[in-house]
Amino acid sequence: MIDPLTAPQIELAGVTKSYKDRMVLDAISLRVEKGEFVTLIGASGCGKSTVLKLISGLAAPGGGTVRVNGLSPKDARKTISYIFQDATLLPWRTVRQNVDLGLELEGVNGNLRVETTEGLLRLVGLEHVATAYPRELSGGMKMRVSIARALATSPQLLLMDEPFAALDEMSRDRLNEELLRLRSEQNWTAVFVTHSVAEAVFLSTRIVVLAPNPGRVHAELPVPLAFPRTAALRETAEFEALVSKVSHSLREALPC
Amino acid sequence: MLKQRLITLGNASAVFLAILLLWQIVVLVFRVPSYMLPSPWAVARAGAARFSSLLNASVLTAEEAGGGLLASVVAGVIIALFFARSRWVRRMLYPYTILLQTVPIVAIAPLILMWVGAGTAAVALIAFIISLAPIIANTTQGLISVEENLVHLFLMHNASRAQLLFKLRLPHAVPALFVGIRIASGIAVIGAITGELYAGSSRVGEGGLGYSILYASSQLQTDYLFALVVAATVLGFAFFFLIMFLEWYFLHRWHESARVPEVE
Repeated sequence: MIDPLTAPQIELAGVTKSYKDRMVLDAISLRVEKGEFVTLIGASGCGKSTVLKLISGLAAPGGGTVRVNGLSPKDARKTISYIFQDATLLPWRTVRQNVDLGLELEGVNGNLRVETTEGLLRLVGLEHVATAYPRELSGGMKMRVSIARALATSPQLLLMDEPFAALDEMSRDRLNEELLRLRSEQNWTAVFVTHSVAEAVFLSTRIVVLAPNPGRVHAELPVPLAFPRTAALRETAEFEALVSKVSHSLREALPC
Repeated sequence: MLKQRLITLGNASAVFLAILLLWQIVVLVFRVPSYMLPSPWAVARAGAARFSSLLNASVLTAEEAGGGLLASVVAGVIIALFFARSRWVRRMLYPYTILLQTVPIVAIAPLILMWVGAGTAAVALIAFIISLAPIIANTTQGLISVEENLVHLFLMHNASRAQLLFKLRLPHAVPALFVGIRIASGIAVIGAITGELYAGSSRVGEGGLGYSILYASSQLQTDYLFALVVAATVLGFAFFFLIMFLEWYFLHRWHESARVPEVE
């Protein structure tokens, strides 16, 4: 019997996954405890996104088991939100209606829904564009809407697949800081995928370096930087040292 | 901006007037008999003299084409919903929609005449048949071309099939549906007029534009025939602009195609 209170939030045990004849993941084992911010980093072809698809139940493993809160991913979906690489907003809905989408689909109505939506619009600084349509927004603003939408259903687990990859560095840094602020106010566990070492170090409590072809865990590196983390952290020697350590591990993982 | 548009409009009108003038001169100078080629002035006079029958014919044709088009939108969307459900159904049935497009309407007009009798219903049916294919094709494309991540997003919120359809696939297909309607609207008018040539009237002397064109030509009323042709053109334009307006009305707030270019 698994106790949902003490069970790890996510447990992947010996998970393999192939698409057609190509093996994407080879015997991945990974535990994520409640409250962690784990970043998966690695070259293209490591199956980083595939790991997120498996955790969310959008893809089924070829072998091994995936448990979320002790449940199968599909049964745990109610507690999971997914943020995609592009903002995936519905262009025919206003910002407010987009943030509202998850609650609407899950049948939440009345005051709770209105209050949650308005609260999130305020939290991510979107009240002034609540009635705008996505095409009127910049890339960074769209991603904010996407984050607000993901948080509206009060997830315990947030899966993020390179959410800031398409943004310029300034917007990316700002959204990184904002993401940590939101995390300090709400209590969700995060699994984050990125190509950027600096982003991984800034956000994570632990970094998992994946090696490619087929994807497997190369190293797990803890990030012992204290919270709250602010923009100034990026200029400290400690931060720099961690960035070089992760970069080094990434180079090792890559077959030349 | 506005000044440039006015100049463009002015130029287009000038060309139009010049052509009318040339036409008038040719008819006068070469003494072309009016049953061969009436002068623009004669056409205008014939149109004005029989304005009420011209208007009646136009309204009748508009009703037939509009009715056929409306029916093809309703039927086309339903069929597209069915097609969008599975690739298998699409593969099996899609070739038959191409059949709708390729079958010569004049060849099946006698059949329709036999089945439903001459008159408005038969003509609307012909307009319906030939305007159906572009609606089915475009709407199906719109329904199935939804980005995979959007579907995943809905699945993550445990969306039902109905929610996926009404909150994602259908709204996503609306711009494509309008492309289909725009194409179909032109064909529906042409289809109605062609249909009227065969099944236009249940009573002699009364019918839509196609029927009246046939009748005028048999009576050698070439000037009135030209007026009818002008009316048919105007009707086609009216349909087109009506659809354009509806498209703008429903899409301008969110869709890229309706975006007004920013003033530099």
